[in-house]
Amino acid sequence: MYYKPIIGMEIHVELKTVSKMFCGCKNDPFGADKPNIYTCPVCLGLPGALPVPNRKAVEWAVLLGLALNCEIPLFSKFDRKNYFYPDLPKGYQISQYDQPFAVRGFLDITVGNEKKRIGITRVHLEEDTGKLMHATVDDPTSPSGLRGASKKVSLIDFNRSGVPLVEIVTEADIRSSEEARIFLKKLHQIIRYLEISDADMEKGSMRLEPNISVQKIQSRLNRDKIQKLPPYKVEVKNINSFSFAKKAIDFETDRHIAILETGKYPQQETRGWDEKKGVTFSQRSKEEAQDYRYFPEPDIPPIRWSKSQISNFKALIPELPDTRIARFIKEYGLSEYDATVLTEDKKTADYFEKAVKSKTIPAKTVANWIINKKADISKLSPEGLVNLIQAKTQKLPMSEKDLEEVINKVLAVNSKAVVDYKAGKESAIMFLLGQVMRQSHGRADATTTRKILENKLK
Amino acid sequence: MITDKSIKEIHLGLRKKEFSCEELIKETYGNIEKYDSRINSAITIVDKKTVLDKARQTDNGKKEFDLLTGMPFVLKDVYVTRGIRTTCASNVLADYIPQYDATVYKKLLDLGALLIGKMNQDAWGHGGSTENTDFGPTHNPWDLKRVAGGSSGGPAAAISGRMTVFAIGEDTGGSIRNPAAWCNITGLKVTCGRVSRYGAIAYASSFDTIGPMGKSAEDCAVILERIAGKDPYDATSSPASVPKYTSFLNKPLKGRKIALPKDLLGKGLDVEIKNAILKAVNKFAEIGAEIEEVTMPIFDYGLAVYYVIAPCETSSNLARYDGIRYGFDRSKFTEETIRRIMIGTYALSAGYYDAFYRKAQKARTLFIKAYQDILSKYDAILMPVNPTPPTVIGELMSDPLQNLLADFYTVTQNPVGVPSLAVPCGFTKDKLPIGMQLIGKMFTEELLLNIGHQYQQVTEWHKQKPDIIS
Amino acid sequence: MADKNTKLTPEEIYKLAKLANLSLNEEQIKKLADSVSSILSYVSQLQSLNTANIEETAQVTGQENVFREDIVDNERMLTQEEALSNAKDKHNGYFMVKAIFEEE
Repeated sequence: MYYKPIIGMEIHVELKTVSKMFCGCKNDPFGADKPNIYTCPVCLGLPGALPVPNRKAVEWAVLLGLALNCEIPLFSKFDRKNYFYPDLPKGYQISQYDQPFAVRGFLDITVGNEKKRIGITRVHLEEDTGKLMHATVDDPTSPSGLRGASKKVSLIDFNRSGVPLVEIVTEADIRSSEEARIFLKKLHQIIRYLEISDADMEKGSMRLEPNISVQKIQSRLNRDKIQKLPPYKVEVKNINSFSFAKKAIDFETDRHIAILETGKYPQQETRGWDEKKGVTFSQRSKEEAQDYRYFPEPDIPPIRWSKSQISNFKALIPELPDTRIARFIKEYGLSEYDATVLTEDKKTADYFEKAVKSKTIPAKTVANWIINKKADISKLSPEGLVNLIQAKTQKLPMSEKDLEEVINKVLAVNSKAVVDYKAGKESAIMFLLGQVMRQSHGRADATTTRKILENKLK
Repeated sequence: MITDKSIKEIHLGLRKKEFSCEELIKETYGNIEKYDSRINSAITIVDKKTVLDKARQTDNGKKEFDLLTGMPFVLKDVYVTRGIRTTCASNVLADYIPQYDATVYKKLLDLGALLIGKMNQDAWGHGGSTENTDFGPTHNPWDLKRVAGGSSGGPAAAISGRMTVFAIGEDTGGSIRNPAAWCNITGLKVTCGRVSRYGAIAYASSFDTIGPMGKSAEDCAVILERIAGKDPYDATSSPASVPKYTSFLNKPLKGRKIALPKDLLGKGLDVEIKNAILKAVNKFAEIGAEIEEVTMPIFDYGLAVYYVIAPCETSSNLARYDGIRYGFDRSKFTEETIRRIMIGTYALSAGYYDAFYRKAQKARTLFIKAYQDILSKYDAILMPVNPTPPTVIGELMSDPLQNLLADFYTVTQNPVGVPSLAVPCGFTKDKLPIGMQLIGKMFTEELLLNIGHQYQQVTEWHKQKPDIIS
Repeated sequence: MADKNTKLTPEEIYKLAKLANLSLNEEQIKKLADSVSSILSYVSQLQSLNTANIEETAQVTGQENVFREDIVDNERMLTQEEALSNAKDKHNGYFMVKAIFEEE
């Protein structure tokens, strides 16, 4: 009996637009120093308020879809997802249901030596919820009348309510936790290249939920052919890093295999990742699946693109990592390794190209300096780096006094060579010359040194 | 009374100093004090001293000012007004003090119009009689035992009772036209998107319209000129230019073609109302319009379309009322409101969405076609507003299905988006008001107001006042 | 399915109420079972309308591609005090509710 994990990912990314998705409130929930200071009638869900979509957020969602090789349908719309929760002020979330901005794309990753294609089901746009926190506060109204009585409460901050959120859903094409990790890193890189989000998992601007199930494979031969998907899947929440995603997937895979071995299927449910204990735990499962009663958002007219608008969007996509790597290899003669390291983040790649532009220093040298951190490029401009490299590799002329000193030192410790030369061995002076060059770190002038040596050894 | 005059007449009187704004305001408050304990049109009355101060400022202000400057008005309590309690006639919002202004309110404030009251209605727009309210029913000034109509019953009764000069109502399935007809005033359901909905507490988002109510089509034209237009805060508001509606009022009706759906004047329609409509037809013919009979066989499905989609949208729009950020909890909803939320929740739920919501949205397309077919050949469609005269208080509320059926004539225009003007056209033998409506193509309010105004030049129905108002 | 004689049971009303975040007492549930059923039966007549090949209409605004530009709108942003001004329960600038024990 062999087992194969079947993994799909759901990723949410907060877009770093200046204002929120459906209103003009400041989009900076993480940077706000007080709760509920970036709200307005719209994102607070006040009676009578209406949503108006942020053009930039919509464009960035389309760009992300294009960067993920998606089709951009010419017609799309927003829909209401209806459910009740205190952090959802309208009692519904404006999202996209059956006509999202982008569909049917893919992302190619390299796992070991193999290239693998992960299908992207859809990319859509929605609004974020407020933030709920648990606390215990004083309860002066406590019926017990005890002094110091307290009550458990939930506190709500709506600074985050209405922040634009892009949701990316993949096909269940991922087959290992390592594939998942590589996929996430690649996706993260593309998002950062597009400069549409910081995608910082610690700050909550990128969140991910793997869907995991495990398939029994009858024979080794059919290992890669998945005929039918398993009749269950488990969603895991509360994962705060790519490496935790890998660990959670590994844990779940083992947990599922153990259950499958007993002849049963794991329960379809949502589980939480406990990073301290390194396990997943069952979250209070709802008796029935939520009925979101999606229907088209009547307050927002639909979106219709023309083919030329889609072409314009395509032109806005910057050079993405894969293309850049290939070009660096070709144009600058870099190794794949060097090209990959340099293009890992867009800033570094841009920096490299600026430094190489003047053609004063060979590309490979510049690459070497950056990759091996021979200088702190965060404190140095590209021009500054070029100057520094020039300075460090240029031969500065040595003063006569210094040269004398070095020559005398060399002669002092190489008495055998001196004797040999005086005895007629010509090659000994070459040896001594070599020593002077070495001791002076190449700064000594070969011709002058030879003359001085000949004089001294007469 | 000053409040018997039209907006234009009052404006001229103020300019000529025949009377002052202060006197005008004192008169409206005087009538409120005299009549509203019996009519119950207002939920919140703005502090008299504050308004009188503003009135005096108007009197001492610029010599040239807008038609609506200094003009007293009331708002259906569905519009948020900063610092002034807004309840939507529901105990869920009994103590809600809004933190912002509705766009339509702001526009009127900027013109110097004077708000004197937030008016009674069917809570959340759920009703056609202003009985589904937590603040007591509004009584019809024409017969205090009867309803004023709804859901904008408070504004209609206030105009009829001379407690204000004009009002802004809200029409989702007849809520301006119904009370206008039952209180003998004029009210306009505008084209979808003509007036910004920002700050109007939503009932059914794709049906809700914001519209003027007054004593005449001319008054409605003056108001509409000033409240219509695109609003960046309402993505559904139309960028179509706003005509100067008043400049179209005096066009003669010669050559205008009006359609009369004969099949809708049959069973269920009170005989006196039918006769009033037919009399109006003759009147239109007298002033040059051509009336032709048509049929609208699909009309019978109108109530079903409305009573699927509206509850669906309201079940979602009312989800925000959870008592956390404002108001009280959901246990304070009335039975009628709970019923509509439940119907909507059911119609959107898994397994029923296709049969109910989707089916209704398809039927909606058929209604759009039906109206388009007729309106491509005619300038307007004429039909009744209510199937019966004003009901006795309690009658409609006792039977939810009967309550629904009473909306027969007014629930199809909103799903389609077309405008409709309700105009008085007679009285029953018991001196109860009868109204008719003129329906036009989208964005043809100037034509409807023109037809209504011409009708009001040759009839006196709209000039009559309830007996108790003296 | 939808038919002219839709009759919801009290159990179904109860589930519907939960979905709609409404708590109803027994009497309300009974009354609503009747009135909701009668109205659903009435609107079920839509089933007899032929809508083959007819597209749904979700809105009649006639508009598309309505956006706002990505700029901060200081006019509309509320102060913390204004945002909280109508809350019955608040604490240190937060809205406050009884503890929710759902997830996390």
